[in-house]
Amino acid sequence: MIEVENLTKHYGPRRAINNLTFQIAQGEVVGFLGPNGAGKSTTMNILSCILPASSGTARIQGHDTFEHSLEIRKIIGYLPETPPLYQDMSVLDYLMFAAHVRGVTAKGSKSAVERVIEKCSLKDVDHRIIGRLSKGYQQRVGLAQAMVHDPDILILDEPTIGLDPIQIIEIRKLIQELAASHTIILSSHILPEITQLCQRVIIINEGEIAAVDSLHGLTASLRKSERLSLTVRKGGEEVGEKLKSLKQVLAVLPGEENQFMVECELNTNLQDELARLALENQWGLVEIKPISMTLEDVFLKLTIEEKDVKV
Amino acid sequence: MRMAWTIAKRDLGSFFNSPIFYVVTTVFLLLYSFIFFNILNFFSFQSFQAGQMQSMGMSLNLNEMVIEPSFQNMSVVLMMIIPIITMRSFADEKKMKTFRLLLSSPVHLREIILGKFLACMIVVAVMVLISSYSVGFLFLLGEPELGPVITGYLGILLMAGCYVSAGIFASSLTDNQIVAAVLTFGFSLFMWVIGWGAQAAGSTTGQVLQYLSIVEHLERLLKGIVDTSDLVYYLSFILFSLFLCHRVLDSNRWR
Repeated sequence: MIEVENLTKHYGPRRAINNLTFQIAQGEVVGFLGPNGAGKSTTMNILSCILPASSGTARIQGHDTFEHSLEIRKIIGYLPETPPLYQDMSVLDYLMFAAHVRGVTAKGSKSAVERVIEKCSLKDVDHRIIGRLSKGYQQRVGLAQAMVHDPDILILDEPTIGLDPIQIIEIRKLIQELAASHTIILSSHILPEITQLCQRVIIINEGEIAAVDSLHGLTASLRKSERLSLTVRKGGEEVGEKLKSLKQVLAVLPGEENQFMVECELNTNLQDELARLALENQWGLVEIKPISMTLEDVFLKLTIEEKDVKV
Repeated sequence: MRMAWTIAKRDLGSFFNSPIFYVVTTVFLLLYSFIFFNILNFFSFQSFQAGQMQSMGMSLNLNEMVIEPSFQNMSVVLMMIIPIITMRSFADEKKMKTFRLLLSSPVHLREIILGKFLACMIVVAVMVLISSYSVGFLFLLGEPELGPVITGYLGILLMAGCYVSAGIFASSLTDNQIVAAVLTFGFSLFMWVIGWGAQAAGSTTGQVLQYLSIVEHLERLLKGIVDTSDLVYYLSFILFSLFLCHRVLDSNRWR
């Protein structure tokens, strides 16, 4: 259980985060979402006991991150934005070292290292020097380092940044596997990643929480308008004009060829109206379908259009 | 304190894997050996002269005329070389962002600092140990007194401890290794020459300055005199530097 209350952090005169308050339950996978510089890393650094907060408290399983940081550091695994890798060590030596400093006993460290090597598929490179590995492997070593002591809580700061698509998929798969048995806090500015991995999203913008909700709730609560896609055989400007003339319609955006994105007010049952119009004017109706807003839209709405939205 | 040793071991591995250690050790040994054999050469020249002119009545003593000046010179070479050994300690961890691994691990800051100190001290000790072939050579040829040699090495290591602790402190101030090295060197040199101000200053201040000087305390140990005040000086110098280092790193988390 992670409880954060009124967390604020100043770097000199600059305020990195302001009054963050949120809770994360045991076993949850939560995503921090926000543009670069929003305060995601700062929040994670505070949770990992690397930085103290300027004010406010953060407690992990009842321990304060400042007062009892040693207790917390035993139960968290942290992967910073830049993985903390000693470039001149071999993967095996490095993970052994990480196991030791993370508090694994001398006896248990060998099996712990074997376990993470297996989990992160590092068997092929375990004797190679970290500095010579590809970025994808380095990231996996970083992840292995964070979980070598089998922590309850994993804090992963942008775990897929700078990786190629195949590596991204691999890392995500790994995180999904871990999600079954760990509480995971993950940050990202990539939306599909959060949609795939997290049950709940905390959107941070300019140091403040813009929204905390499940994906479903977030999409629903932000829907002040609906979108329908209308496809006809005989398109043209006339269709667009006619659609705009309907009173429920807020906007019409051109889609692909002969497709129109119609944005309308909520619960107007515009489908009937559209079908009628299409039949009357003999446009040759092909398809009418509702389009649910992607998280990307939600995100853009929250961080750009509606800065003041608080849920 | 097991953690300190874990951290020291990692640092040592990194030292022995990098060319820095080998270059530094080679340079140190070459410089020291050159100085040593010059001193030895001068000694043998004097012995030769003394043999010809007994009237000179010189007391020719291996300890006083070879070992002592060699150690004095070694202490100068160490002062110049230790900043290169210590500069990586924290500066590199910060620059490479690896420090976060240690900070987010259940390790006390004092264990990290002690680990770094141990690693650097072991490197210096290895260098000094290799250089001791020179003294071994003298034992083969002549009959120097063992006591002053042992206290001499003790003095050298304590003095090196001062430079190392100052270097680790400097390294905690910055993430730039060059800055750390220059700060260490400047500070070490200052602590070396601080005694020179003694004459100009008044008698009380002069005594204080004299006491603060690093070399002052080495002199007696090289002669075989173990004075508590010297040991106290060295140990408190080391502890104080490491304490400052602890404060700096602790306050880094605060800022």
